[in-house]
Formats: sequence, C-alpha cells, structure tokens
Amino acid sequence: MQHRREIRFLLNGREVSVADVGASQTLLDFLRLDRRLTGTKEGCAEGDCGACTVLVGRLGAEGLSYQPVNACIRFLASCDGCHVVTVEHLSGPDGRLHPVQQAMVEHHGSQCGFCTPGFVMSLYALWMAVPKPSEKQVETALQGNLCRCTGYAPIIRAAVAVSQYGSPAADYLTTEREAITAQLRAMQDGARVVTGPEDNRAILPASVDDFAAALLEYPQATIVAGATDVGLWVTKFLKPIGPAIFIGHLDGLKEIEEGSDALTIGAGASYTDCEAAIGRHFPHLGPYWDRIAGWQVRNMGTVGGNIANGSPIGDTPPVLISLGAEVVLRKGDARRTLPLEAFFIDYGKQDRAAGEFVESIRVPLSAQGQRDAAYKISKRRDEDISSVAVGISVTLTGETITAARIAFGGMAATPKRAGEAEAALLGKTWGKAAFGAAAEALPRDFKPLSDWRASSDYRMLSAQNLLRRFYLEQDGAASPVQLTA
Amino acid sequence: MKDNVTITGSAHTDRIHDSAIKHVTGAADYTDDIAQPEGTLHAYLGVSTVTHTRIVSLDLSAVRAAPGVVGVMTAADIPGHNDISPTGQNDEPVFPTDLIQFHGQPLFAVVAETRDAARRAAELAKVETEALPHALDPVQAIEAGYPHVTAPLKLERGDVEAGFANAPNRIKGRMVIGGQDHMYLEGQIAFAIPGEDDEVVVHCSTQHPSEAQHMVAHVLGVPSNAVVVNVRRMGGGFGGKESQMNIFAAVAALAAKKWNRAVKIRPDRDQDMTATGKRHDFVVDYDVAFDDEGRIEAVGGSFAARCGYSSDLSGPVTDRALFHADNAYFYPHVRLESRPMKTNTVSNTAFRGFGGPQGVIVAERMIEEIAYATGQDPLDVRKANFYGGEGRDLTPYHQQVTDNILDRLVGELEQSADYRARRQAIIDFNASSKVLKKGIALTPVKFGISFTATWYNQAGALIHVYNDGSIHLNHGGTEMGQGLNTKVAQVVAEAFQVNFERIKITKTTTEKVPNTSATAASSGSDLNGMAALNAAEQIKARLVDFACEHWGVAAEEVAFLPNRVRIGEETLSFDAFIKAAYMARVQLSAAGFYKTPDIHWDRDKGQGRPFYYYAYGAACSEVTIDTLTGEYRVERTDILHDVGRSLNPVLDRGQVEGAFIQGMGWLTTEELWWDTEGRLRTHAPSTYKIPLASDRPRVFNVDLADWSENRELTIKRSKAVGEPPFMLGISVFEALSMAVASVADYRECPRLDAPATPERVLMAVQRMKGA
Repeated sequence: MQHRREIRFLLNGREVSVADVGASQTLLDFLRLDRRLTGTKEGCAEGDCGACTVLVGRLGAEGLSYQPVNACIRFLASCDGCHVVTVEHLSGPDGRLHPVQQAMVEHHGSQCGFCTPGFVMSLYALWMAVPKPSEKQVETALQGNLCRCTGYAPIIRAAVAVSQYGSPAADYLTTEREAITAQLRAMQDGARVVTGPEDNRAILPASVDDFAAALLEYPQATIVAGATDVGLWVTKFLKPIGPAIFIGHLDGLKEIEEGSDALTIGAGASYTDCEAAIGRHFPHLGPYWDRIAGWQVRNMGTVGGNIANGSPIGDTPPVLISLGAEVVLRKGDARRTLPLEAFFIDYGKQDRAAGEFVESIRVPLSAQGQRDAAYKISKRRDEDISSVAVGISVTLTGETITAARIAFGGMAATPKRAGEAEAALLGKTWGKAAFGAAAEALPRDFKPLSDWRASSDYRMLSAQNLLRRFYLEQDGAASPVQLTA
Repeated sequence: MKDNVTITGSAHTDRIHDSAIKHVTGAADYTDDIAQPEGTLHAYLGVSTVTHTRIVSLDLSAVRAAPGVVGVMTAADIPGHNDISPTGQNDEPVFPTDLIQFHGQPLFAVVAETRDAARRAAELAKVETEALPHALDPVQAIEAGYPHVTAPLKLERGDVEAGFANAPNRIKGRMVIGGQDHMYLEGQIAFAIPGEDDEVVVHCSTQHPSEAQHMVAHVLGVPSNAVVVNVRRMGGGFGGKESQMNIFAAVAALAAKKWNRAVKIRPDRDQDMTATGKRHDFVVDYDVAFDDEGRIEAVGGSFAARCGYSSDLSGPVTDRALFHADNAYFYPHVRLESRPMKTNTVSNTAFRGFGGPQGVIVAERMIEEIAYATGQDPLDVRKANFYGGEGRDLTPYHQQVTDNILDRLVGELEQSADYRARRQAIIDFNASSKVLKKGIALTPVKFGISFTATWYNQAGALIHVYNDGSIHLNHGGTEMGQGLNTKVAQVVAEAFQVNFERIKITKTTTEKVPNTSATAASSGSDLNGMAALNAAEQIKARLVDFACEHWGVAAEEVAFLPNRVRIGEETLSFDAFIKAAYMARVQLSAAGFYKTPDIHWDRDKGQGRPFYYYAYGAACSEVTIDTLTGEYRVERTDILHDVGRSLNPVLDRGQVEGAFIQGMGWLTTEELWWDTEGRLRTHAPSTYKIPLASDRPRVFNVDLADWSENRELTIKRSKAVGEPPFMLGISVFEALSMAVASVADYRECPRLDAPATPERVLMAVQRMKGA
C-alpha cells in the first residue's frame, strides 16, 4: 500500500490536512503559530504547568474518547486521525459561555487568566467523565495544572459546581459524537504515514507488525509513544529526533490482558489506560498510580515508555521490579523475555538492541502470603519526580520471610534491587528486628547522589525509614504510619 | 428602569474581574498573542555557561552563520547606554563587555526569522574565558570579603547594650531563609515595533511601563518621548516584572530599530528562571533578650541577603526586611542592620512583600525561641509583645503605630479557629501517635503600606467622557490578575453614578499617563484609584458648573443619580446630560493626579514615617508531619484579614487566598538549588515545585475583617491587599515547627530553616531526636 504523506485530523469543527509534518513539530506551535488559536498558552513547554491543555479525542477499541493532554509536548504527527479540541471551541456560536466557563467566571476562578484556558480544558474533561466530582477527584484531575494567583480554592469551588450550569448530555462532544466518530472513521485508511523532511521524518506505522517492520527499516529511529519524555528532548534540549516512529495510535500495543497468573500490559498503554486493571490486581498501587505526574501526562505517557527510556527515577520500574515483572522485547517477529531488573544495565544503557522494541510488560499476580507496598517520596506530593521510590514485596510462610523483593528508584544509576536488605530479611521471623536489620543493610546496597531533589543523606535515611514504615503498616500499627491523600 | 435604582459595579460590591470572560474563553490577549506585523523577527538571548569569569573572547561567527539568522547584537551594538540598572547605580549592563558575573548571564542576542531559529543559533557561541573564584550565597560572600551591592541600612532605637545587659534571658541564633521564583505563568516577553525617526513602540509584560520606557530610551540614546510602552495585562507579575523585563524590552527595541522590523523576544521557561532575579535569600543572625514572662526587652539582628551580582532593587528590598523585622511586636531596645551582599548569582529583585516576609519570619522565629525557652504557648508570647499600651507604640524606625487592630483581630481568629482546644487536642494526639505528629500555629502580620521611596507614591489617571456618554478609563497602574482595573473602574462608576459596563478599561500606556510608578508595594488601588477619582471629580465639577449655568440652579440642586442626573426639578439620562454638556462645549476629559500625604523618610537617620498606614491579618494553620519521611499535609487554615472597607470583597478575598498559598509555597516546597558551580538547577516547574490544588489546606476558611476601616483617607477607606496576606503562610511554617518540636517534648526550638521541604523537616526531626 502507498504511504500517506500528510496527516489528517479534526481541529475543533473542521477537518485539517497538513502535509510535510516534521517529527519535532509540536501541536502547541501548530495551534498558536500556524492557526493563531492563541487561547492555548505556553507556560513551561515541558508538560508540567497545564497552560497548554487541549482535549484529544481518539477512536480506540472502546470507541471515541477524549482526554486532556499537554499540547506543548504532544507532537502534531501523533494527532493523525484524532479530534483536537481547544478552548476556542467551547463557547457556543452565539458566544454563550460553556458551563465550565460559566462556573469559572461566577466563582472567580481566574485572576491573571493565563493558566485559565488550561484549567477550563481539564475541568471540561473531568465534567464529561464525572459530572459531579468530589473535591478529591477535582484535585486529582488538576494535578497537571498550575495556578500562581488564586491558590486554587475558587477553581475547586467552580469545578464541583459545573453541573449546576449544564449537563454533559447537552454538550457538543456528546451530541455530535456520532458525526465525529463517522468523520474520524472515514479518515482511517490503514496506510502507514511517512511525512516530514528527510532529516526530521515522522513515521506512523499502520499496525504493530508494521511497526516491527518499520523499526528494522529505521533501526536508529526514535520511538515515540506518549512523548512525555521525548517531547522535552525537543522543547528543552533542541535535540533532533528524526526519524521518529510514532506508536501512540497503535491499538495493538495498548492491550491489557488480565490473565489468571499475570497482568500483561501492552507497551503502548498509557498510565490512564491501565489504571483500572492495576488497581484491581495490585490495590497497593492504586494511590501510587495517582501520584504519577499529572492527569495530562498520565493520559499520554506509557508504562512501556517509562521502562524503555531507562530513567533511574521513573515511577513504575521499582514497583514493577518488586512484583517480579518481566519485559517482552520484540525485533521483527522474534521475541525475548527478560526480568525487568535485567533490562537496566547502567545509567542511560538498557538491554535493547537496534531494531528492537518493548512490546509488553508481564506482571505476575501476587502469591499467597505476599505482602506488597509501593512508596514514593517527593518534594511536592503530587506531580513531582521522586527523590526515592520503592516497591516492596515480602512473602511470609507462617511467620518466616521466605521471599523478599525490594527495588528502589532514585538511589542508584538505575532502578535497582536492594540485595543486601533483601538478604537481611530472608529466612528471618517477621518482626521489627528483621526490618531494622534490613534498614541497616541498605547503605551496603546504595550510595545515593545528592542533587536538587534530595541530599544523599536524606535519600538514605528516608529509604531506610520506608522499610520501617512497611513493617509498621503491615504489622497493623495502632496509629496511622503515613499520610493519606 | 431597574438600572435607575442602583448602578452595577459600585464600590464595596463584589464584581467579577473585568477580563474574566475573556480569560475563560481564551480571548484575553497577552503580549505573545498580539497579531504580528509582516516580517516580524525573533530575538533570543545567548547566555553564559560559566559563573564568574573574565571574557577573553566572544566568537559569534557560528551564531551568525546559523540558518535563519538575521544578525547578532552585543554591547557594541548599543547606541545609547549599556546599562539597565533600575536605581541608577550603573552596575547592570544589558550585555557585559569584560566580566561574566553569574551562570546564565545574557551575553548577546541573536535575531532570526523564527524564534526556533534564534533559539538554536543562540547555543552556538564560542566564549573563551578565564575563571575567577565565585561566592554564591551571603555567607560565602561575607567570608570572601565581597562588597555590598548598595549601601546597608541601620535602624536603631533605645539603648541596645543596656537592654541586653539588664535582661534576664538572651538567645542568639541564625535563620536561613530561602528565596523564591515568581513562576508567573506567563514568562517575560517584549515585542517592539519600530516607528519613524527615533520612535519605537514596545508591548511588554511589565508592572512598570514607565521604567521600561526609560530603560529603552536610555539604551537607545533617545529621549523618553520617543518610546511608548504598552501593556494590556500580564499573566502574573508578583514583582518579577517590576525591573526584570528591562533587558527584554531593551533588546526588542534595539533590534527593532537596528533592522527596522518588528522584533519579539520571549525566553523559554528555563532561561526566564535562570536569567531573571528572584526573591532574596537571607541569612539572619538574631539576638533577643526577654524577661521571664517572655516579654521582649532587646533585639539585635544582622540581615545578610543574597543580592546577586548587581544592586537592582536590593537596597529597598533589604530595607523593607528591616522595616518588618518587628512584625507586630514592640522592641524596647533594638538595632537592626542589613547586609546586601554581592554574590555571583542572578541579581535578585522584587517579589510580593519585597523583603518584608523575610523580616517578619525572623520576628516569628524569635517569638518561637522565647516560647520554647519559657515553656509557653507561642500565641501568648505573641500577644504579650503586640504593639500597644503606654510607650509601646514606636517602631524601630521611629514611626508611631496608631492603627493597631491585632488584639481584636487575633482574638476573633483565636475563637473562630478554636485555637486553644485544638492545640490541646494536638498535644494529646502527639503523645500517643508514634509516627505522625501534628502542629498548630496562629501568626499575625502587620504590613506597612507605601513605597519607602517616597517619590514613588504618586499616580496619574486619564478619563474621557465621550459625547455618547461612554467613558474611557486609563491610569498608570497595570493589571496582572489582581483586579486593579476592575476596582478603579468601580471607583469611577461610583463617582459618575453610572453602570460599570459603561466604562471601557484600556491598556496601560506611557502615552496616556506619564511618569508612573511600578504597580507594586500593594499600592495599585490606593494610588490609581485616587488619581482616577480625582479625574472624575474634575469632570464632574465642570458638569455641575455647566448644569448650574444652563439650568439656572444652585450646585446643591445638581445630583448624580444612578445613570441619570437630577438638576433642580428636572431629571435627564446621563447620556442626554453629557450630550448637552458637549453641545455647550464643556471639556469632558481630565487628567487626575494623586500623591500620598503625610509620609517622609530620612534613610541616613533611620527615622520617619515611611508608611501611610498598616494592614493587618492573622492565620491559624494545623499540619501533620510524617516523622519517618518528613512529608506533611496542611490540615486546616483559618484566616482573618484586614482590607479596611474593601472596594471589592470577592477580589480581595481572592488576593488573600492566593497570597497565602504563595507564601506557604515559599516556605515549604519551593526550593532554589544552586550547584557548587553556580548553576541554578531548579529552573522550571519540573524541578521547582509551587503548590498544587492538592497542597492547599484540607479545610480552608478565609474571612475579611469586615468591621475594619482605614483610619487614613485612602480610597473609600480601603486598605492595600496585594502583599500583606503573603505572610500568613508563615502560620504553616510555624505549625510544622511545632510538630517537629513535639519529638523532643516541646523543650527546644527546632530552628527549622526555610523552605521546610520534607527533607528539612525530617532532618530537623532527627536533630530533635538527638536533643
């Protein structure tokens, strides 16, 4: 089949076709510079402030669904076949305010107004998903939106009141859902898209198999799933990323298989995509999952990407390693499986050959007697990178510890198991002494760095204390041993 | 006829922000949203990657040769003066010629067809340098014998030596207080359009258009009348656009004139945060003597500040730290000294509170020291030391405190927040909870209102009433989200007794009101509201004269009623009246002016009345900390704040809520972290953490002291609100401190430094465990 040379998508109410889209072209620059849709703002260009929040609607396996994303680090090419909705599209043709906008005005939710369009878009998405949210749900939805003026209180008051101003049933995206679906469906031609100039090529494979083939054709290509990391290579470091193979649209990589002995997560599944399954099978990861970045980034970023980029401070590797996760790598039609911890060789170095990609992650379900916990320490509770993160899985047979897997992030150049601490627990009787000994062993496992997130001393001390917390918590301490959200 | 009963948007009523609808629809234009003329070029700054070095050579050939580049600009391209020091100290070059003084210092600008091209080209400079030793913080600077960037201030009253000698108790300590980045959501930006002859128009996100105008003129070597600076609104300022926009305005204007094309410059967030100044970090050595009841007898304090490489506004900032080192407390004998230290870091600048918060927090630390030393509830120590009573009303700068309302205000908050019972419950909780510990604190603020540079306390306004009865309002203040334009329009609506909607709010421009002061020091409504009222009163006086003459009535028989005017027995609509006045050739435009009365300040003597009045407030916060990790949560905050007779209660409440959260951020998660090489490593929201929605107190009760009225004749008896509530965030910090102190049974002051990140909290817990 012929490759398609242009990308096609719906922008607000119109179909747009853009030829020659370079891999590094961002959606935000396209909106502001090309289309002069200046309601969407650039606050940080790194996906942390949310001033650029737009909705992207996509036809997935479950039909059309809209999610708030950061336009600053979303690449334009990855919008192929999607419906992009900006703040300009919210108020009616007669200028009447949208219920979210009306609520924000009446509750004085804006001061300087620069962050406001982004808040409006996040709250729009929230209102469609949860018309009458609790304050807690609002806070979770707004983890990716910074406001420096209001202190948030009026925005929260607006958010919980939106439904008083209108119902999602009457919203444009609901009433036009079938028409939009039909339009998006009509755009799907099953073709591989190859666009952009030679040195900034963007490739959108037609399927997972086509991806495997394309990666053999372009073995040095940058693989872009959610772009929550690669986006910053472009916006912050001005690095060329072409040729880039975009995979965020591949439903075949988003499959989540809930087997009898393991949960298998497709490498293209976003944090949001796998949130429910994670919560069902690993309840201890539910609250932890809510603290991964902000909502927009959870909608874009993938577990596969979090692993494949090899960061020592990614949120998911430590907690997946402790659960005994394995990673499935694919090259062409050949696959191999590795224990996740073995994938991380050294800082910036992973066990992935040219032409090879992470296809899925297999997480074994917890065994009888296995006690699991996941903790994250960061300067700010939400939307922050961890100073220390840890996954702890300890198996008891009677009162004896018969298995222990403890993996830390932020303590070494890679996500890494605490072998000495694990050894201090193995074969010991469950109790304070065993965990005290494990904590004492930790300095033999790690020599953490000092940086702007935390000092070496703090990393070590809090890591040791997290082992103590685990014991206290699992042992049923009389008073709470950690703050809850 | 409904609008004949009362006008919309009168003073003292809740009124939405004038741009609220434009904010939520994305229709509000910020500088980067203005449609660009054809051929607009884009500039970007090339910055140093070393900290303190001599420049041996600067090779820009690769920059010039980069794709899309039109040209570069260095110090040699400046036709006027290579200086943008806002206080005239001639210590802040646009581009340095021989010395790099901090990591990230702008060295040149590159101008290209697109911003992307300019940004990429800016990375290609080759700079040959010769390293010099550097000092990054005030302690290093003092040790290295670095100079002050500006003359220090000394405040002294009473007999300090005798005060210390005679007091039964004395504590000396040191407090380290971190700085703060403004993290306005809209970064710095300027957009210049060249005109004929020497003229240039600059659209700039700035709190101080007149200063941007003067700097552009200074750098171009043209008179101020050639330069127009415009700003419709900013996406946040907080002090960060009082002087820090100067380099961007200057570079955009220089390039626009050089190439005769419109030029825009917008740094990315990282460059914005590394190349522009922040709140000053302080290291304060305090010395406090007190009696056995905890009453302060003498205070000494040395306030060393990280000013950065140049003076910028560090003089007035460090002065204001001293002005507020008493907070709400009477010091019988006192000596305070500032040490505005030069450091090899970006030049620090104005930030909401302007040094005041760093003074206030030291006063609160001394209160804490006394409370732990005497075994008292810190609130009792606070109350015992409030200004008031015979001979206890003089500040360290010899201004009498005559309007203190803290006894009532704190008393009311203590009751409404149920402080005493909750404190006892917390002490009980801490006795049984092993890992989690709680703390509570009720802290006051007293904040002096007026620019301490007395000449800044002036303002102008311009009002046109058009012959269709519509009103055009302009004044020298700038809108950065605080609702200044809304409040001033309310004042004008009330003066003319017309609906708010009749008044067109327009961009701030140096063309309409000259020689304006920065919208800063919380002064916006006080100054510009008065100036606008003055303009309105002038027009009204002419209208009354006209009515008397035309209708043959006495002045008392002319009344401005809601949207109409009654003249004797006759009533006509405002429109019809204005039309009649126009036909009778009445001048319907006026320039208003205001200067704050009664203030004076002799800096050399350290005496005067620098402040027209004080604004007051108090907050009570409760926190829980995790003693295993140092993590914490703010459980509840209650605030009672004084805004006098509010011009717009709902907007004032928004200022109080927002300022509190920003103050809390300063003292908790917002940490500026330089590495030993002098690189700021927390320079974007990924690494610099301002509060999120989920960080705000779980319970948050905010009230205005609606019984308060300004005793001075301010605009409608209101009080300034921008800065004072920022310091209410200190209640969170003090509550954290109490939670830490619980680990050692409240026997010792934890001496928590700011910001109290989880790390600092845990390390303080460790110290207390060892105590």
